[in-house]
Amino acid sequence: MSTLHLDAEALYRDLAGGVRGLLQPGAALVGIWSGGAWLAERLQRDLGLAGEPGVITSALHRDDFDKRGMAADAGQTRLPFEVEGRHIVLIDDVLYTGRTTRAVINELFDFGRPASVTLAVLVDRGGRELPIQPAYSAARVTLPPERRLALARNAAGHFSFAIREEGAAP
Amino acid sequence: MKILIRQGRVVDPATGRDEVTDIAIAAGRIVAIGAASADFHANRTLDAQGLVVAPGLVDLAVRLREPGHEHEGMLESEMAAAVAGGVTSLVCLPDTDPPLDEPGLVEMLKFRARNLNQAHVYPLGALTRGLAGEVLTEMAELTESGCVGFSQAEVPVKDTLVLHRALLYAATFGYTTWLRPQDPFLGNGVAAKGPLATRMGLTGVPVIAETIALNTIFELVRDTQARVHLCRLSSAAGIELVRRAKAEGLPVTCDVSVNHLHLTDVDIGYFNAAMRLVPPLRQQRDRDAIRAGLADGTIDALVSDHTPVDADMKTLPFAEAEPGATGLELLLALALQWGEEARRPLSETLASITTAPVGVLGEALGSLASSAGRLVAGGVADVCLFDPGERWAVEPGALRSQGKHTPFAGYQLPGRVKCTIVAGHIAHEAF
Amino acid sequence: MMLPRRNPQLNAHGELVHLLSIEGLPRAVIHQILDTAGTFLSVNDREVKKVPLLRGKSVFNLFFENSTRTRTTFEIAAKRLSADVINLDIARSSTAKGESLLDTIANLSAMHADMFVVRHGESGAPYLIAQHCAPHVHVVNAGDGRHAHPTQGLLDMYTIRHFKQDFTRLTVAIVGDIVHSRVARSDIHALTTLGVPEVRAVGPKTLVPGDLREMGVRVCHDMAEGIRGADVIIMLRLQNERMSGALLPSAGEFFKNYGLTPDKLALAKPDAIVMHPGPINRGVEIDSAVADGRQSVILPQVTFGIAVRMAVMSTIAGNTA
Repeated sequence: MSTLHLDAEALYRDLAGGVRGLLQPGAALVGIWSGGAWLAERLQRDLGLAGEPGVITSALHRDDFDKRGMAADAGQTRLPFEVEGRHIVLIDDVLYTGRTTRAVINELFDFGRPASVTLAVLVDRGGRELPIQPAYSAARVTLPPERRLALARNAAGHFSFAIREEGAAP
Repeated sequence: MKILIRQGRVVDPATGRDEVTDIAIAAGRIVAIGAASADFHANRTLDAQGLVVAPGLVDLAVRLREPGHEHEGMLESEMAAAVAGGVTSLVCLPDTDPPLDEPGLVEMLKFRARNLNQAHVYPLGALTRGLAGEVLTEMAELTESGCVGFSQAEVPVKDTLVLHRALLYAATFGYTTWLRPQDPFLGNGVAAKGPLATRMGLTGVPVIAETIALNTIFELVRDTQARVHLCRLSSAAGIELVRRAKAEGLPVTCDVSVNHLHLTDVDIGYFNAAMRLVPPLRQQRDRDAIRAGLADGTIDALVSDHTPVDADMKTLPFAEAEPGATGLELLLALALQWGEEARRPLSETLASITTAPVGVLGEALGSLASSAGRLVAGGVADVCLFDPGERWAVEPGALRSQGKHTPFAGYQLPGRVKCTIVAGHIAHEAF
Repeated sequence: MMLPRRNPQLNAHGELVHLLSIEGLPRAVIHQILDTAGTFLSVNDREVKKVPLLRGKSVFNLFFENSTRTRTTFEIAAKRLSADVINLDIARSSTAKGESLLDTIANLSAMHADMFVVRHGESGAPYLIAQHCAPHVHVVNAGDGRHAHPTQGLLDMYTIRHFKQDFTRLTVAIVGDIVHSRVARSDIHALTTLGVPEVRAVGPKTLVPGDLREMGVRVCHDMAEGIRGADVIIMLRLQNERMSGALLPSAGEFFKNYGLTPDKLALAKPDAIVMHPGPINRGVEIDSAVADGRQSVILPQVTFGIAVRMAVMSTIAGNTA
């Protein structure tokens, strides 16, 4: 079995460069809870953007509510700016089936009509089930379906990747 | 028909007999208790090894629902339930439709019951016409028709003057009045007043509803010297009042239901309508007092309080559900369960459902009093054979009674009736 | 000799599938519902006030007891979750007794109901319904007799959490006709579960029986003693029937002794909040000056009520029986 090593910090530096190129005047960063939100927080600072990034959760628009119910720990959407007419850059840690992105876009539209929505992700692991594409991804990998990939952040704010078997204890 | 019951453990609380021996039955009577004589040629021999051979059970509180439910075949099903439960004599309540306040109704009931050839039926007559608590019934006529006492069932007589006069009239003839002690105004509730009823938001019946009624009844008894049998005591305080009344020498007896022997208000659980009973299930202390009262003789008899209720009347919110539970087929098992828990000798346990109830009925049984509830040579052959060790699960669907609602659904209870003999005839067998 | 029975509100995994009562709910479940309610509160501020969580589901409001207010808040909550809402006002006539209830449930189940919101005049009715409806149907108790009004209890807790944050340092006084109040019972269960150290039940002996103590409250028959130093005061509605049942002589005498006036309110902490489940009887249990005063949070309670009901419905709808 081969082991995959992803250097999250190095990929973050790539992502920052890519996002810089996507920013239009007045654009806002919105991080998808939870990994995307961490990334957006750091990007906001490192890219010298004013104010706070938005945080958005897919919890209220998920398509698997019937199977999974209300998540105990789903975060809350907080968008400290007007969505109407704004260019939004969505940030996420891992893009996989695209369903979370779809749900997040629906959530975003509950707040108003953005001028545009672009997606930038740290890792695109393929396996799309919806027609969703990132404008920028720092890495592309292929993982078997039973492997879960998620961003982790330690107390010092340092990013790393955790790869787990589906269903295994964290 | 000649029947020989071989080698059963014959337990007769009235005489204290407890031995493995034979019983010979012929022409409806017990001809001999003891090693079978060689020249007794039985038509049927029942192998009673490992079984207890007891007097047929005597149940002082059964609702047959007839008159009123003839088209549902109620009398047939409930009488079958009685013998399935080992009950050979039962007292039925007068709150039928119409109530048993006319000699003709009593005679019809006795006639129909006799034709079924199962348990002996002893009706209680209504104390007042229509149970309305105003006009007395013809107690002498009703007694002649076969009533063994007079009762108001669950309907209290609100007018103390009427109650006083009813007792005075009954005392003229030495009749016993059967009363459930409950104050008509304080008794309006669906559960026992207390922390549980408060928590559940159910209207509570306080203990004083029972003790106020008891004190009133005792004063009336002192004044009239009428005999009174108190039905379905529920509280520790009430039992203590009865204890003192008996010590004083008042002519009172009392009973409790098997439901109150085992259950408390907590058993209502999540508003289980099977627990909707009158009187309501009270607290732990009250149940303990009931057990102590049975043990020390303050409480004379244990009854089933058999009350079949239609499913439609039970699948309702608790307060709207009709109170009552089926009990004929559970009387023996529940008595034995208590006996086991209290570590009482089998004979004492059986006494509360055989000889002691007969004591309550006393002279009302006439000549039968000498043999009812006991096993004596020459007496009427009313016998119950049961396996004390066999545990069985209470399955409402399997009960013969049309009343399927019991608080004990799903419980495992000890004591399976194997055979019930009434007046020398095998009325039920399940070997 | 009792057979143990699982709490009918929970499925085999301990998840909430019905909300029948606050009794027996773990503290964590209550907090989770309150947290979810917070999310929905923000939804109510958006341009699009709907989320699709209950889209395609049918919520039937079964009100055996009339209440336009409560029914309306449940209707709004269900619609904000994108559910289809059907209102059934079932008049409780004595002839329709047994038939109404279970026959109604059977008929509605045949119409593919997903959730019943039930208000009934008898304690325990929602348990009967939950027992007899199809397995996939969820039941929310909107008030049963005197027994429980769990969504009110939860929104009262949300209100307290919003204004006071820490339950473990509070003194809460509940005043009025507690023995007849399902709101009081639900509040008491919630407060004690959430760790409120002192819950007081205040009122005359006819309306506040001693055996309430066993629910974990301190019984006070003196209003001043009951209110003194309280952080939260929950006033209950006094119904007219109490006068005819020989429980109270008059509304006037009740107001004199147990009505919340500015003078009495001054005995509580200066930052105490005043709550009431509504509708309020001005001059009977509460003075207008207090009801409309700066310490009253009666109106926020109503707003929180919609979010809490959205939280309850979405939580139970997401769990399978």
